[in-house]
Amino acid sequence: MSITRDEVAHLARLSRLALTDAELDHFAGQLDQIIGAVARVQEVAAEGIPPMTHAVPVVNVLRDDVVAGCLTPEQALSGAPATEQGRFRVPRILAED
Amino acid sequence: MAAGGAGMARELTRLTAAEIAAAVAAGDVSAVEVAQAHLDRIVAVDPDVRAFLHVAGIGALAAAEDVDRKRAAGEPLGPLAGVPLALKDVMTTTDMPTTCGSKILDGWRPPYDATVTRRLRDAGVVILGKTNMDEFAMGSSTENSAYGPSHNPWDLTRIPGGSSGGSSAAVAAYEAPLAIGTDTGGSIRQPAAVCGIVGMKPTYGGSSRYGLVAFASSLDTPGPLARTVLDAALLHEVMSGHDPRDSTSVDAPVPPVVAAARHADVSGLRVGVVTEFSGGGYQSGVRARFTEAVELLESLGAKVVEVSCPHFSYALPAYYLIAPSECSSNLARFDAMRFGLRAGDDGTRSADEVMSLTREAGFGAEVKRRIMLGTYALSSGYYDAYYGKAQQVRTLITRDFDAAFEQVDVLVSPTTPTTAFPIGERADDPMAMYLADLFTIPSDLAGNAAISVPCGLAPEDGLPVGLQIMAPALADDRSYRVAAAVEAALQERWGGPLLAQAGELGEQAGGGR
Repeated sequence: MSITRDEVAHLARLSRLALTDAELDHFAGQLDQIIGAVARVQEVAAEGIPPMTHAVPVVNVLRDDVVAGCLTPEQALSGAPATEQGRFRVPRILAED
Repeated sequence: MAAGGAGMARELTRLTAAEIAAAVAAGDVSAVEVAQAHLDRIVAVDPDVRAFLHVAGIGALAAAEDVDRKRAAGEPLGPLAGVPLALKDVMTTTDMPTTCGSKILDGWRPPYDATVTRRLRDAGVVILGKTNMDEFAMGSSTENSAYGPSHNPWDLTRIPGGSSGGSSAAVAAYEAPLAIGTDTGGSIRQPAAVCGIVGMKPTYGGSSRYGLVAFASSLDTPGPLARTVLDAALLHEVMSGHDPRDSTSVDAPVPPVVAAARHADVSGLRVGVVTEFSGGGYQSGVRARFTEAVELLESLGAKVVEVSCPHFSYALPAYYLIAPSECSSNLARFDAMRFGLRAGDDGTRSADEVMSLTREAGFGAEVKRRIMLGTYALSSGYYDAYYGKAQQVRTLITRDFDAAFEQVDVLVSPTTPTTAFPIGERADDPMAMYLADLFTIPSDLAGNAAISVPCGLAPEDGLPVGLQIMAPALADDRSYRVAAAVEAALQERWGGPLLAQAGELGEQAGGGR
């Protein structure tokens, strides 16, 4: 299994990373090498073995349904790159065409 | 300050945490004097060591004053009250920036404290500042920090390990007696080993992840670094315990780690050496010191047997699928909207474009590699062959541990295959870097407890070697018990701590007053 430069460019788009051409060249080779190495997991006979998602099996950990403290709007907005009228200001989300 | 004062300040930075706490409680020294001595030491040596990303002098002195005031008022003090600590910059702090070693969070001031931060403050621990780390805890050398690498106090041209390398360097350089690290694939134990100090990865869920900026949520575990096993245990106890704010926090008592560190007896204990970790790939001096440590355990009355864990050789590939997969999901939150950097927002670009430009500008190479690797492993068409298979391997590794712990009480291995490598040697060779975690990863995947304790210097380079002691989940005390026995026996042989064999760091002019 090997990975092409085009596939890496696709992964970068999915990952929301505007990579430069030089980075694509560089990462394509490295990712190919890493994927080749991690593919070793496929050697293991794991038929019927359940997947493990977590070290401690825990299900539906919920707190009591009572009002508790939370961040104020000012605290929640305090690290935002841009705010407007007590809200997060974001670039346009929909395309114009 | 008079010459005697400088001498006393130096002495204060050489004390253990237990000694400092006792001296503060007895009124032999004030917490403010202790904090000032460590702040002076940071001024003197950190320009070379570069362990800290942020030093909170005013906050530290205020916290120390508070301890002194409580003592004067006769209020009860915790077991670590007045002891300085270096906090890994992945834990949120309201009064200090939290950058995770990344440009994308440059200068970010979180609106809340991590549970670990809160517990330290409540215990009267004096937080000196935030330590350097590989970006978002991805790395084994601190070279992936956007703010430059930290340096190993044993040899400033070498790496201090990672990702908690600022924390290990700070403790080894006597800038702090204690530090907090986080372990996802070895990020506490490996830096502790290469800096000649003690580092413990608690059982997963034993210490809270609330306010720990997530890398791989099913693996991330905060834990202590210290110069002695007892100090690590004291910090372990203060920082741990159930946290309702972390859904994976274990609702069980903290294992009796302090008592175990004081017990330090291995007679009759069954110790397993992992067959699969006895193969090649070690540095010769690491092998020599490890073999001696096993012989030492036998001489102390432990019964040593070889135990096979056949799937451990697949731990590294499984980890480098699981951790990047979780990272690709967790780091999606860095979207340039709610916190952190925003790049390219010129009024014409879409949110999607701004997001991609921001992440391109804000993340370093290793983070980008892992996000893409995780995105690949989770893609439809590849999921079963990569992520799914890695999760099955995780089950098999856990079963190997279960079978091993039916035969033995603890498993031992070297902590790392090599001693500290030179800065730059593996910086752009990810696969070589990943090998640093070869022996530490199985315990992360299984979520059990593991400690690294110094076991000597490799003869070929004079650099520290760590012994790893792995114990079943929630049996963290066993790791401490064995580590304390090894520490006591070796210090008797060496005539003092291993760290005393490190050369003195040059103090900068004007510092160390």
